[in-house]
Amino acid sequence: MKCQQCDKVAVFHITELEEGGVRELHLCEDHARGYLTQAEPVAGEPKSSTGGAISGPLSVSHTADELAALDQKQCSMCGITFFEFRNQGRLGCPHDYVQFEKELEPLISNIHGATEHVGRRPRRYPEGTESLTRAIGMRREMQQAVECEDYEHAGRLRDALRKIDETVRGSAGPPADAAGSQGGSGGGE
Amino acid sequence: MKLDTLSRAIGEWLRGTGPESDIVMSSRVRLARNVAHYPFVSRASETERGEIEQFLREQVAVSPAGGGLEYIDVGHLEEVDRQFLVERQLISREHAEAEGARGVAIDGREQVSLMINEEDHLRIQCMHSGLDLAGAFEQIRRVDERIEEVVPYAFHPRWGYLTACPTNVGTGIRVSVMLHLPALVITRQIDKVFRSLHKIHLAVRGLYGEGSQATGDFYQISNQTTLGKTEEDLISQVGDVVPVLIEYERKARDYLIKETELNIHDQVSRAIGILRTAQTISAEETMQHLSRVRMGVFLGLLGDVKISDINALLVRTQPAHLQKLRGIELDSNDRNIERARYLRQYFENAETGGTSVN
Repeated sequence: MKCQQCDKVAVFHITELEEGGVRELHLCEDHARGYLTQAEPVAGEPKSSTGGAISGPLSVSHTADELAALDQKQCSMCGITFFEFRNQGRLGCPHDYVQFEKELEPLISNIHGATEHVGRRPRRYPEGTESLTRAIGMRREMQQAVECEDYEHAGRLRDALRKIDETVRGSAGPPADAAGSQGGSGGGE
Repeated sequence: MKLDTLSRAIGEWLRGTGPESDIVMSSRVRLARNVAHYPFVSRASETERGEIEQFLREQVAVSPAGGGLEYIDVGHLEEVDRQFLVERQLISREHAEAEGARGVAIDGREQVSLMINEEDHLRIQCMHSGLDLAGAFEQIRRVDERIEEVVPYAFHPRWGYLTACPTNVGTGIRVSVMLHLPALVITRQIDKVFRSLHKIHLAVRGLYGEGSQATGDFYQISNQTTLGKTEEDLISQVGDVVPVLIEYERKARDYLIKETELNIHDQVSRAIGILRTAQTISAEETMQHLSRVRMGVFLGLLGDVKISDINALLVRTQPAHLQKLRGIELDSNDRNIERARYLRQYFENAETGGTSVN
């Protein structure tokens, strides 16, 4: 791959995380050094209204090999690869924050200048909802089972998913009873 | 049904009654939340999106927060109706333009709106008139806690509330204040103000949505980061800078009155003159003139115009509102004619002591 700013080989592959998505830069060593040592991000209107206010260079650089290996990484629950995330700028599911924790850490640190949440915590699941994310993988597995016509397996997964759904609904009970007693404002109109 | 009721009323945030409402239009807080056991919206299949929408719609309805909320199925609305909700700031432009199952639950006063299947599964928004971030946060906190009783929010002890985009992770909070800064624009100080806001990590946007050019001198200031600080600290980050901006704007207004009174009185008078008599007028030009008139009212240059009316006109002269009021689809030319007609009628009624826009 050639450098985006000259004819030399691109050895630095930089991912810029912006509000509108992810921007990739492929640069030779000289241009990468110039880019990374810039105090201010590259001039341009979108930057001045969003990323410009975030301190420090908003980027993580990798060598080509590191990047290729990293791109292959895949979430065991939703199946998104790190490559897809880099392209879209959106993660696939809550489990990505666990699966890609190492990779996300420098990105998040650049965006927020912090890597630890200190704000409010939910009263339910204050220790985190990681255990619930297996439902995401199960739903994918169920889909595959249906495609393979393994209906018995698909049925078991469906029952397990229903149980999860019931437990997460919490104190208010199933909607059918509660909606009736509340006058049901949840209609689709 | 619901939308027609809405089009006759005006939202709470337009009343122009809160603290500092000569300069602060509205205070808004929003929280980004996701359900733990589903993929984020952009990764969800059509079926999953439908399930998420149904799950959240039902759970919000049965939660203690559900009382008084009305649900609108955005996925099945006509384009003009979706645009109508954007103009009232009840849904985002992205939500209007997205595809698949999605909806919004709103309260009768249009202070609270819960968008389902926007970029995140749930976006809770609370908007108050004038400078009232504390009030908006208190209200949104209650709504959030009530929904949390019946919805397992995706949460990680280290990363906080988990969001589709890492720029929102942690608190998931976006605090914003909409300011009307015409005197800073006229005295050419606005760019300097924005540069200093960027230095303290705050974002500035125009009135209608992200990335859009600010029209009519309305600017939205909001926090950029969401992780590593408490909700209260992030609110202060925005809230602390607002009194400073208010003071700058007031000083600039004083200057305009002291040094250029005839000139500014002329500008304001011409603005209201055009609004009163134009036969065809674009949305942008309307915003510009309404902005001048709004400032003129607070400078005591125009006696008999109600500020809540000016605020309402800003929204009601937007394209979808005009079409809803008229009850038919209008192209851009016809909208300009209809807009001018609507404005002339308003000023005629106001002058003969007739009904106001509200």
